[in-house]
Amino acid sequence: MDIKQKIRKFIQNNFLFGTCEQEFDDDDSFMENGIIDSTGVLELVSFVEERFGVEVQDDELIPDNLDSVNKLTEYITRKIGAGSSR
Amino acid sequence: MLVHEFLETTTGKHPDKIAIVAGARRLTYREIDGDANRLAHALARTGVRKGDRVIVFLDNSPEAVVSIFGILKADAVFIVVNPTTKAEKLAYIVDNCHACALITHRNKWNIVQETVSSVQSLASVILPGEKKEDDTRTSRPVRTVGWNDSLDECPASPPPRTAIDIDLAALIYTSGTTGNPKGVMLTHRNMVSASTSITTYLENVESDIILDVLPLSFDYGLYQVIMSAQFGGTVVLEKSFLYPYTVIQLLKRECVTGLPIVPTIAAILLQMTDLKNDRFEHLRYITNTAAALPVNHIRGLQETFPKAKFYSMYGLTECKRVSYLPPEELERRPKSIGKGMPNEQVYLVDEQGRTITEPGVVGELVVRGANVMKGYWELPDETDRMLRPGPFPWEKVLHTGDLFTMDAEGFLYFVSRKDDIIKSRGEKVSPREVENALYELPGIAEAAVVGIPDSLLGEAIKAYVVLQQGVTLTDDDIIAHCKSRLEDFMVPKIIEFRASLRKTSSGKISKLGL
Repeated sequence: MDIKQKIRKFIQNNFLFGTCEQEFDDDDSFMENGIIDSTGVLELVSFVEERFGVEVQDDELIPDNLDSVNKLTEYITRKIGAGSSR
Repeated sequence: MLVHEFLETTTGKHPDKIAIVAGARRLTYREIDGDANRLAHALARTGVRKGDRVIVFLDNSPEAVVSIFGILKADAVFIVVNPTTKAEKLAYIVDNCHACALITHRNKWNIVQETVSSVQSLASVILPGEKKEDDTRTSRPVRTVGWNDSLDECPASPPPRTAIDIDLAALIYTSGTTGNPKGVMLTHRNMVSASTSITTYLENVESDIILDVLPLSFDYGLYQVIMSAQFGGTVVLEKSFLYPYTVIQLLKRECVTGLPIVPTIAAILLQMTDLKNDRFEHLRYITNTAAALPVNHIRGLQETFPKAKFYSMYGLTECKRVSYLPPEELERRPKSIGKGMPNEQVYLVDEQGRTITEPGVVGELVVRGANVMKGYWELPDETDRMLRPGPFPWEKVLHTGDLFTMDAEGFLYFVSRKDDIIKSRGEKVSPREVENALYELPGIAEAAVVGIPDSLLGEAIKAYVVLQQGVTLTDDDIIAHCKSRLEDFMVPKIIEFRASLRKTSSGKISKLGL
């Protein structure tokens, strides 16, 4: 499974609970579509840190890095590539 | 004075001042007021008459703000519904208040469909959002029209009006113990009085810039916009508090002076460790209400935002706000929520309704003032339980259902609720409403919902469930079902399966020990 698939699976299982009524595209904004709620971001960050071994800095908690499957994939790829794992 | 006259007066004085910042969009008072006038004309043309109810089902956005003022200018009553509300509850609310018009974004159409099809009173729908082909079919004759199409046809000058200050301005739906939400009825006078009291104790000035991350369906979020229109400030309006660092960026970029929060926001902000290096020169006040902020979180906020005054407050939708603690008292009485706000009287009563004068004695908080609601929409019995005869025969006073003590100097301390409402993320959650949702899932035999302490949420929602014989359901199944039926903040965090639940002598499920 590549990064994108892992992310989709996590979102599906933890926020959408496998409900099929909520299909989402890789570019769909989590915020605009109510896919993640306000405390869900913390869960998402935990998942990213544990699953991919990266450390998410405070100032990285912004929509550009986290708000869609594509953005999240790019963010994680950058972080892993930059060798900022712990 | 009417609520929308705040907007009109400020527009007259500062037409080119920025009223609302929303993402990249910056709208002046002239633009908001002009569009609100246009919308009022548009609503009148679709048949909205004085006193009619109009629903706003939108994310926090300039369109939501324009809708609120536009509806008022049409002499009608606005109802802002939480944008995460699901189909069935939306239909309930729209039907309950017999709304004749609905303003909603096209991207919410699949949720709105059921309401449009089933609620007979609904005659027209106005739709912000880019039109795609055939995306708004209805099974009933309902007039649907695009936002831009609707407004473009109408003049930017104010429509004629006949509302007076004791006319209804808004219904704000709030959770109750019975499981169905109740519409709190607020007149222009109620709202003007509350707004005036609050802006007085917060010492708001024209240069204030408020960051509003709270939903406009919640009175705390709504009033930031009303108050700003009153004192002529600017509101930076966000859809939610989803990405914590965005809030930090906005505080700095927009030179925000006022930040209203609830405890969940404080908890998330305090988890960010880098903030101590930032300065936040402009932030002059932070307010908290809806649930108690732990004392160590208050201290944490004061360290992170050393220039900001901190206001602990308490209120309920039924009267907007009750009390605030003057910031200079925070050191001495960090657990107090203060004294009554300007132009209001508060006192404690015992079980017999007698006023308590002794410090430290627990009693129910009673509120007297022009900010107190007119009652619950079409619920005379419920209304009579909250609004009861007061010290004078010609008026009723609000019994809050919350228990407090008062110290020797008259400062109030929250003890507990009289009923079993859960407060999660600062929002009221009716255990009954969640239980009703659970019972709709085939396979659930019994359910009992309680609140348990949670450092982030205040209270987390826990559901104890007994399954029917031979049924297998996982906690994910149950949570998924709840997600489809309830707003985000009402969905249980934890499910515990039991073989049975204890009953009281009258056969009802007992929550003792849960």
